[in-house]
Amino acid sequence: MSLAISALEYISSVKNGSITAEEFVAKTLDQISKHEDRVHAFISINERALDQAREIDKKIKSKEKVGAFYGMPISIKDNISIKGGKTTCASKMLSDYVSPYDATVVSKLKSQDAILIGKANLDEFAMGVATEFSAFGPSKNPWNTDYVPGGSSGGSAASVSALECMASLGSDTGGSVRNPASFCSVVGLKPTYGLVSRYGLVSYANSIEQIGPIARKVEDVAFLLNHIAGKDQNDNTTVDNQSQDYLAGIDSGIEGKKIGIIKEMSRGAGLDKNVESAFWRAVDSFEKLGAKVEEMSLDMVEYTVATYYVLTTAEAGSNLSRYDNIRYGYPMDLEGYEFKSYISKARRNFGPEVTRRMIIGGFVPSAGFAGKYLLKALKVKSKLKRQVLEAFKKFDFLISPTVPILPFRFGEKIDDPLAMYMADINTVTANLTGIPAISVPFEIHNGLPIGVQIHANSLQEKQLLQAAHALQGTTSIPGAPL
Amino acid sequence: MIGLEIHCQLTNLQSKLFCSCKANYREFEPNTNICPVCMGLPGSLPRLNQKAVEKASMIAMALNCKTPQRLGFFRKNYFYPDLPKNFQITQLNMYGPTSIGEQGKVSIEGKEIRIRRIQLEEDPGRLIYEGASERTQITLVDYNRAGTPLVEIVTEPDFDNPRQVRIFLNILSDLLENLGVSDPSLEGAMRADANVSIEGGLRVEVKNIGSFHDLEKSIHFELTRQQSLAERGIAIAQETRHWDDKRKITISSRSKEEDEDYRYILEGDIPWVIMDSESIEKWKKNMPESISSKKERYITKHAIPAQVADVLSSDKYYSDLFEQAHTESNAKEVANMITTDLMGLVDTREKREQSRLTPKHLADLIEIINSGKITRSSAKNALQEIVKTGKSVSEIVSQTGLAKISDERELVKIISDVMAQEPTAVQQARENPQTINYLVGKVMQKTKGTADPTLTLKILKERISS
Repeated sequence: MSLAISALEYISSVKNGSITAEEFVAKTLDQISKHEDRVHAFISINERALDQAREIDKKIKSKEKVGAFYGMPISIKDNISIKGGKTTCASKMLSDYVSPYDATVVSKLKSQDAILIGKANLDEFAMGVATEFSAFGPSKNPWNTDYVPGGSSGGSAASVSALECMASLGSDTGGSVRNPASFCSVVGLKPTYGLVSRYGLVSYANSIEQIGPIARKVEDVAFLLNHIAGKDQNDNTTVDNQSQDYLAGIDSGIEGKKIGIIKEMSRGAGLDKNVESAFWRAVDSFEKLGAKVEEMSLDMVEYTVATYYVLTTAEAGSNLSRYDNIRYGYPMDLEGYEFKSYISKARRNFGPEVTRRMIIGGFVPSAGFAGKYLLKALKVKSKLKRQVLEAFKKFDFLISPTVPILPFRFGEKIDDPLAMYMADINTVTANLTGIPAISVPFEIHNGLPIGVQIHANSLQEKQLLQAAHALQGTTSIPGAPL
Repeated sequence: MIGLEIHCQLTNLQSKLFCSCKANYREFEPNTNICPVCMGLPGSLPRLNQKAVEKASMIAMALNCKTPQRLGFFRKNYFYPDLPKNFQITQLNMYGPTSIGEQGKVSIEGKEIRIRRIQLEEDPGRLIYEGASERTQITLVDYNRAGTPLVEIVTEPDFDNPRQVRIFLNILSDLLENLGVSDPSLEGAMRADANVSIEGGLRVEVKNIGSFHDLEKSIHFELTRQQSLAERGIAIAQETRHWDDKRKITISSRSKEEDEDYRYILEGDIPWVIMDSESIEKWKKNMPESISSKKERYITKHAIPAQVADVLSSDKYYSDLFEQAHTESNAKEVANMITTDLMGLVDTREKREQSRLTPKHLADLIEIINSGKITRSSAKNALQEIVKTGKSVSEIVSQTGLAKISDERELVKIISDVMAQEPTAVQQARENPQTINYLVGKVMQKTKGTADPTLTLKILKERISS
């Protein structure tokens, strides 16, 4: 039995009795104990996973109704709440916080008999592109453990790539699903804003972030999306997707479709030459699949990283202000603190990147500066949205490299925040405009993965997954060489 | 010049503004009426209570406000232990008019008070200070109240004196009660801050005022303080002052440190609420009749005196009783019975809650008076009994001997007794017939009001002149 099978293969194997959930979960746990020392994809492991697998096997044997996941092991980014377990957000601030409720996506997966195998590592509060900012130590790239796995959902992507689970749920605020998916050579989808409920996802920049599935195959991502998407009364920003089936007809191909190459993301100084040449080979593949490909421009893209950091820090400054050492943080001594000494201690449990963004977040919306920063960023955001909507009148898809650079070594960018932030330039547009985007593994260069990003218009996930599936069919990439 | 910022809880709603915990938090043990949403736990999201939007919009319409085309919610960011998220979800007109109402007006005694803005927001938790002394004092936080729907009404500085403020608040309180959105008599359901300034001086905000009675006092104090400063040529600083409940004075807060920047941002978790004309028309239709329209109707349709109509219409409890008890023929009498006999019996919230009186009791009482079976003053005694026990009118009349004494022989006997006991009064009545009422009163006293007053007078007159 191989752990490297797809989710759909797993389901049919369990159904026809060739494997059991218990066998698969046991083997997955073995894989975790074998590789976690080197990969460190997880913050915590579900101690009851084997018991849960046995219960599901029992249901299968006694011909009871079984949920669509048949005990499939799924990892969950540790900023998504699971009742009764720790939700740390990879922060010392929440190192002992136990959530008293399930996130909507978690209750959906549980009700479909998925096994939530563990909580995946991330950059603290999902702020970062390398998982280097986890308070519990970084995750490593299973392709080369000297390199970062990307971030912030680095633990999610690494766990999928290292066969430590079948699939994972991450969250994507500015590329946090797609960036690590690209770096670890797995598939990662950022759905349309509002397609997946955020209830239970610890907010970082709530107006643009989404929970997104990560898996080794495009069809597995579609399968996961089928089970997490849709209107949720606990999240007023969700939309009704009419229970669309994203898996049906996923192999329809893209013949005759019109694809735009976003010039600002696919050429220029910041783009790694190897990434660039791989991307243009992907363009050839799209053409061979029968699509009409042409270059186009979104001139607002130049301002998107600045806009993204102004908006997200403003929202983070508000969202994270509740972590103030009164309700969260370290134990409060009844004696209390003198006010000024309290203030100096209140945020001490935040790591350096969160601290940096909180400080900026206190500044950009403040009186006297909001006009210069926050309001200007909002203007760029709406102008960008208009440009993107206009583009989709002409094109079915817009493409680019997912990340303009190859995975980098630990410590290489941590002291240069501006260079680090530029790694987001190709991914933030989807968040700022709310449209869906997916990263598909395309090539391996010198043992380092390169992914291609496809955008579609809002709520066009079905077509987007068809395009991703078509591109996947043109590639043949081995598993991570752990 | 005085302006007000008034906070009113929508106490009659089932649930809080963003979750399904109870809006009526008062009966809970501390920190038991809470959930992940109103506690602002990591990952929780607000879900807007549509009923709260409807009720708040009714308040805005009743105060003649303009309704915006869309509602927006904003985060007011500040640190305070009673605020679970360290921001309050409130409304603001940052991108055009998006709060529940603006530019309204109320007229009091011919003067127009303009409403600047009305906004829907969440109430914070409650801080309780305990401890033996200032040094050992501890602060307890009860989050049961956190997330209770609150409507903030901001007026323009249109009040000239504390008296107008009192009249306005009474009108507002009656209006909220009449709309059925709030019970202003509940502790903390209605709170107000005042902005006070005098000609040529800067604006002073007075906070922490516990009751409307103290509000009037604090405004009076603040006006006097500012005038005496002005007389001595001292400049009045723009500042926030706190009302000291014990000493009944205002004291300056550390003004610079309190000069806060709330870093308002849009609350992205609550999408814009489109206020379509269809819903607004529907809400308008569902709005209860206004107090002024009720009063007008009572006067013109039922010929009830203006003063009685005023009292009756402005109190929802009385007007509801009246509406259900009256018929075309007994309206005036029901109104009178409520405003003269009932009012003293149910003048507090507790008494009203305990009262067993139903509208049917009132209608039955009027009927039995009109049929001549009991006297008006017996009816008053019966009313007392009904409020206490809820017994039916017929039961009370038969059990307690309130039936009118109309038997002439029985009355003659009682009157003879009274005359024998009151020889001086009898003598006086012979000399001055006006004083005969004293004897009528004595007879009524003796019969506990059951004597037929007309018959009593007739017999007394005959006996005295004979």
